[in-house]
Amino acid sequence: MHDMLAHATQHHAPPTSFIRKYVFSLDHKVIGKQYYALALVAALSGMVLSWMMRLHLGWTNLAIPGLHFLSKNGAPGNVMTPEFYLQLMTMHGTIMVFFVLTTAPFAAFGNFFLPIQVGAEDMPFPRFNMMSFWVTFLAFVVLMSSFFVGDGPTLGGWTQYAPLNAVGSAAGPGQGLGVVLWATSIALFCIGQLLGALNFITTTLDLRVKGMSLMRLPLSAWGWFITSCIGLTAFAVLLPACILVILDHVAGTSFFVASGLVINDQLLPHSGGSTLLWQHLFWFFGHPEVYVAIVPGIGMVSHILITNMRKPMLSQRVLIYCMGALAVLSYVVYGHHMFVSGMNPYSSLAFSFPTLVITIPATIVVLIWTFSLYGSRLRINSASLFALGFISMFVSGGVSGFFLAQPSIDIMLHATYFVVGHFHMVMGVAAMFGIFAGTYFWFPKMTGRMMNETLGRVHFWLSFVGTYCIFMPFHYLGMAGNVRRYSSFPEDFLQPLLPVHRLITIAALVTGAAQLIFVYNLIHSRFRGKPAPDNPWEATSLEWSTATPPPWDNFGGRLPVVYHDPYQYGVQSSVGDYVMQASPEQVKTEFEEK
Amino acid sequence: MATTVHEPPHVDPHRLPDHGHSGNGGGRNLVPADGDWRVALDYSPPPSSTAIWVVLFAITMMFAAFTSALIVRKGSSLDWRTFKLPSVLFFNTGLLLASGVTLEVSRRRIAAFMGNLKSQVESPAPWLYVTLSLGLLFVAGQYVAWSQLSAQGLYLATNPSSSFFYVLTATHALHVLGGLAGLGYVIRKLSKSSLRRSTLDATARYWHFMDALWLYLLLLLWMKL
Repeated sequence: MHDMLAHATQHHAPPTSFIRKYVFSLDHKVIGKQYYALALVAALSGMVLSWMMRLHLGWTNLAIPGLHFLSKNGAPGNVMTPEFYLQLMTMHGTIMVFFVLTTAPFAAFGNFFLPIQVGAEDMPFPRFNMMSFWVTFLAFVVLMSSFFVGDGPTLGGWTQYAPLNAVGSAAGPGQGLGVVLWATSIALFCIGQLLGALNFITTTLDLRVKGMSLMRLPLSAWGWFITSCIGLTAFAVLLPACILVILDHVAGTSFFVASGLVINDQLLPHSGGSTLLWQHLFWFFGHPEVYVAIVPGIGMVSHILITNMRKPMLSQRVLIYCMGALAVLSYVVYGHHMFVSGMNPYSSLAFSFPTLVITIPATIVVLIWTFSLYGSRLRINSASLFALGFISMFVSGGVSGFFLAQPSIDIMLHATYFVVGHFHMVMGVAAMFGIFAGTYFWFPKMTGRMMNETLGRVHFWLSFVGTYCIFMPFHYLGMAGNVRRYSSFPEDFLQPLLPVHRLITIAALVTGAAQLIFVYNLIHSRFRGKPAPDNPWEATSLEWSTATPPPWDNFGGRLPVVYHDPYQYGVQSSVGDYVMQASPEQVKTEFEEK
Repeated sequence: MATTVHEPPHVDPHRLPDHGHSGNGGGRNLVPADGDWRVALDYSPPPSSTAIWVVLFAITMMFAAFTSALIVRKGSSLDWRTFKLPSVLFFNTGLLLASGVTLEVSRRRIAAFMGNLKSQVESPAPWLYVTLSLGLLFVAGQYVAWSQLSAQGLYLATNPSSSFFYVLTATHALHVLGGLAGLGYVIRKLSKSSLRRSTLDATARYWHFMDALWLYLLLLLWMKL
């Protein structure tokens, strides 16, 4: 009977072979690093694509050396065609949103640190966890392969609107095989993330160590847990949408293509499909996806700031509730992406209201950060600088959201650079800053070595100033009526804006180059960095009570017991001004424990 | 009722004295030494019992998306043609419902078999094989339904109604195959006497969910096609 009832936690033996240790590893820490490496490769690829786009936008007839390697027909004489510009734009967006902003903050850091922070030896389903990574990796390979087959990748944008996504190659380069590869890649990605979410949720709910109540979880763990709940719902809807698009292509069904559509003088055989259906299915995923990218950042940044402020946030509980509110509300605001789709104006109103409501939890989060920082003696280091940068980007990008939430304003701005500036700052750069903050903070634990602090600060200031130089002018361009998705601006009214575009291009090249400092720091410190102590930041959560780097079973066979709230700083203990969660030491705390 | 009482969880005594037990989550780690079952119910559940609800939620979201697509697509154009559902579907429904019953029988047998009554109860494996066979027959029956439709000239791309019929039934059949794999795993574990109750419960929940999902799909298709 005991066999039947025995606890279902499955522990795997320590790996011995090279393949099991580094390739098909079941260890959540190795899988986390694999996700990080994938995100790094994807981020660099996406960045190079953006460089090419920016160069073309600044100097339309500029020949970019080597461009023809990426496209047979898209770059005659290494000069970009408008179609190839759109293909690069699509790939930039898809790579960044899926393979960087989802994989790095959520899958990479979450995989590595969620089990350790809850005190588990591994995720409950290590094989699913391994599959999750390798399916995601396969998805990336499938996506990138579209550069090298047929007439290149799809040009429909990362949102792949219907009917363009379903009418086939008549609609332009990449609209045949390119779309099929895109949809296959995203469908695979959905499966990978669903498997990941399954592990994250069960880890948080069932594998917490003795004494680790939900309210004692660090904020970063809360961020990953809430994100996995969002991902579970969102990716489970995008998957069927991708299946339907693939069927429209390969099986001739008519889910998304309307009747009587004539493209390039060809009458399409499809009939009666609903183009809006795709937008509904896509944005039901697409808006929560924004929070998949940003909520782990909110959690990680809070965790990092608290450690460096040496005091807890004003209210841990309210922060958690706000992250939860963002998650729930993210499902009822998605229609604000469709204000110009021709849907019923009353629907616009119904989506506009919750969009304004969702700014309330976001604002509360920012206020908690701000007033917690007020009067604290913040330790300045690369991690805390990037955490502050995250807040700055989140606020600067978020403020334009207030305007865009209103249909009457959005209709004017929707197809302009204003929206591009908005989402790059609030979700793109902010999430990237969260990733950087997490990297500088946790790198010692992940690798056993410290990163170079000077290079880290140089990286921060160049990135911080650089990204403002890139994305702030986007808003002015948008208000001046500069349309997005155009590969060049020959119209009279856009000509005076060209110098702004050139400034942005230069800023993008410099800021991009600054990222190479980070990559150098990452690689150099991995092998030559100063050896890291077990707890270099004098932090309290469980990942800092174990060895650096953690052994394969995280705690060397002796699971910790949790005695304290996650952030007991500003106390008098035998080790300093903090008491670790796993320390039985009783201290008088300024902040009452639950 | 007696079968619903949980035994106190098995905890390795060598790990108890000074440190915790993975899964013995905070606040819920209230297992007393004497193992009072009313308190033991507060013990955090094994991950597979949480995981199965997570899986079922994801599947529900997926079919909710398909359903809303069907409703929107039907309303968006006048090209929707209705057709009569192949009658073999109702026979298949009977097979799937019967498999749910046989699975419950085998669960009860397994509980008795494992409860130190080995000499009095015959092996529960045959009932699992019956369940497995009924599930396989269901999938085969769905294939017969697809053949009957295509014999009438109704293919995947013929009309949006037939498209949705094939997509929904095929996606469901794929999930049933997943459930069959789960049953195979249970049989293998049972033969090695290493079956966990949580594994069996999770498999059973999944299988019954496939029943319920199929009844929902049948109703949806019957109403909309």
